[in-house]
Amino acid sequence: MGYCEAEDDRIIFVTKEDHEAPSKAELIADDPNDPYEEQGLILPNGDINWNCPCLGGMASGPCGSQFKEAFSCFHYSKEEVKGSECIDHFSSMQECMQKYPDLYPQEEENASQTESSSVPGSDNSAMLSENDSSPSAALDSVSPTDNQTLSSS
Amino acid sequence: MASPQARSRAGWARNSTAWEKRSLRPDRAQSEQAGAKNQPRASRQIPKISPERAGRYQKSAQSEQAGAKNPSTRHESCKYASPTSRKCDRVRVGQDVVGPQDVPGKWRSPRPYLTVTHKHCHTLPPSCSHVNTFNLQTHKNTHHTPKHTLVLVLLPRELTHSRTLEMLPSHAPYLLIGGGTASFAAARSIRARDPGAKVLIVTDEPDLPYMRPPLSKELWFSDDPSVTETLRFKQWNGKERSIYFQPPSFYIDPEHLTGAENGGVAVLVNKKVVHMDVRGNKVKLDDGTEISYEKCLIATGGVPRNLQVIERAGEEVMKRTSLFRKIEDFKSLENVSRKAESITIIGGGFLGSELACALGRKAAESGLEVVQMFPEKGNMGKVLPEYLSNWTTEKVKKEGVKVITEALVKSVSYRDDKLEIQLKDGRLVKTDHIVAAVGLEPNVDLAKSAGLEVDSDFGGYRVNAELQARSNIWVAGDAACFYDIRLGRRRVEHHDHAVVSGRLAGENMTGASKPYWHQSMFWSDLGPDVGYEAIGIVDSSLPTVGVFAKATAKDTPKAATEKSGTGIRSESETEDTAASPVASAAPAPAVENKDEYGKGVIFYLRDKVVVGIILWNVFNRMPIARKIIKDGEEHADLNEVAKLFNIHED
Repeated sequence: MGYCEAEDDRIIFVTKEDHEAPSKAELIADDPNDPYEEQGLILPNGDINWNCPCLGGMASGPCGSQFKEAFSCFHYSKEEVKGSECIDHFSSMQECMQKYPDLYPQEEENASQTESSSVPGSDNSAMLSENDSSPSAALDSVSPTDNQTLSSS
Repeated sequence: MASPQARSRAGWARNSTAWEKRSLRPDRAQSEQAGAKNQPRASRQIPKISPERAGRYQKSAQSEQAGAKNPSTRHESCKYASPTSRKCDRVRVGQDVVGPQDVPGKWRSPRPYLTVTHKHCHTLPPSCSHVNTFNLQTHKNTHHTPKHTLVLVLLPRELTHSRTLEMLPSHAPYLLIGGGTASFAAARSIRARDPGAKVLIVTDEPDLPYMRPPLSKELWFSDDPSVTETLRFKQWNGKERSIYFQPPSFYIDPEHLTGAENGGVAVLVNKKVVHMDVRGNKVKLDDGTEISYEKCLIATGGVPRNLQVIERAGEEVMKRTSLFRKIEDFKSLENVSRKAESITIIGGGFLGSELACALGRKAAESGLEVVQMFPEKGNMGKVLPEYLSNWTTEKVKKEGVKVITEALVKSVSYRDDKLEIQLKDGRLVKTDHIVAAVGLEPNVDLAKSAGLEVDSDFGGYRVNAELQARSNIWVAGDAACFYDIRLGRRRVEHHDHAVVSGRLAGENMTGASKPYWHQSMFWSDLGPDVGYEAIGIVDSSLPTVGVFAKATAKDTPKAATEKSGTGIRSESETEDTAASPVASAAPAPAVENKDEYGKGVIFYLRDKVVVGIILWNVFNRMPIARKIIKDGEEHADLNEVAKLFNIHED
């Protein structure tokens, strides 16, 4: 390790070996109930966080209402085939999205389908990965126009 | 309301006592806009007809004799009651009042008309609601004009051939003033939380909301010669996208906002809010239109500053000086960079340094000379500790930029087809074009009419931890001087802050009552060797501790072989720096490993607590940095904290 002092600016050089031992720094344990903490797609109480940056423009765009209805239906579905009662919601979402081809491109996302492929009416790109609170690949491809911006920069 | 002197200390400029005293006319933004529009529209003096009643209309003002001259044509009289002016008491509607010679265009008789006998009218009474079916067009007539009489001529909708003013909603549940990143983020947040929310964004720019960082970053590195038109760039993940957050189809037409079943976001472009009535929950636009709101966001950003010596230097100098903030500024500077032989950037901060590197890169191909000058000793001197600032300057020079440090501009003149920049120490720089990147003046034009407080230290509207200024009014982005519960009162001029604060404001406008909690970050890249991300308060006047990765044989095999012998460097690292090899077009990693400040983490301390962190060529570690700032704990050994960042890993 090398040290260097220049007035109020201290410089430390470290090799990889210097930093191999685990850190002794103590961090405060995260409060899982911090009411203000940024949340992922699914809130601790199991609800959907519509303001998750991972949703990009999905919840706020012109098909936001339809999207919310469809996704809520699926998320809270207790059917044996999850979401099987949501076909109508999904088709009205689909219908809306087809009116905005530049907002909701319909191609190129087959590869990124997650569990949604088993859900009726979800054979479009708008399905979300249920058990993931981070941006899903499917979602990324649904809303390529701006989801990157609000989450990464 | 702070005095201009107080405001000049704001934000970025706080430490820049070395700069020329700035010219800070509070009315600057407004006068610029008026200047751009040139002819003041006569409609500004016109009594306002409530648009929801007046229907879709065009208007321009007319002070006219017609109504008075043709009393017989009046067929209805409406009592007028103005909330702001008792003087305005009569509105008359009639037909065939203006001769064809008075009216340009496709007018023909008979024409309905409307007379208002005083100037300060705002709404029509319900009995005048039949105006709905007409377009409204007025014009100025200087002859035979009785004083204080204004005439609006109503035309059936089909008679108007062009629509210069669209029908504006008279009420917006959510009104967002400003069309930048903060507004867009708020709109999205509001829409996500309030299903069916109707959001109206009013912006004085001609464009739909777009992100500004690429204007000084990625767009300059595009291979596409038509980039000034496409405004598309490659993101860090390789995907191409537009600088616009959303294509036009994302938004709904302002005319359709009121009736939109599922709500939506509408953008009113080229309109400036000039007055705010806080008690009445309404604003007035520069064309006189009034819009009432339930919740309002002020996200007016700011106006780039200029140097007073340039403003005083006359038209020829001003003509060859750019300020940089908007799409138009990018297009115009891009154009200049194709023609000029020499461009000088004044300013050593984020914008100045990024533009210098961007232009320097271009210069390598075109032979353009790029000069960057600033009062500090090195690039980013107000942000980076001095050693790192100096090191960065060497990198900027390698990008083809002639950097002139400790440069104080004494005067600028135009002579023999060149700009001459005279520095206080006697140095003289000749150039073709100047880009002044000397900071931003937060736009607080509405403070006076709204009675909002402007922070005397940082500038910007003073808001609480929830970004609220008054009931129903929030402020976000560059214009907000907010209370950060952890780090104290701040004002932040960064893209991510606009995102974070806009989003938070949107949440609070829909009832979240959340304080500023999630720290925003920012990033900057200066050439291939310098890329960093930062969070918290990064101010070079604070003491810092920098922990950098020392190159070893193990992690830089290539460097080790080149160095003939040991891969472990000597303790006197500084000598190496001075002799740092002039890089050819070597790939970034190889260069990086030869330089001792290649990778690391820098902690900024206030009262021994870490208040800011820079991740220097270390990426994807922001959550750790955010956690340390959030904890706000004093750490005995910051080297141990640095371990958490695994700075030797990719």
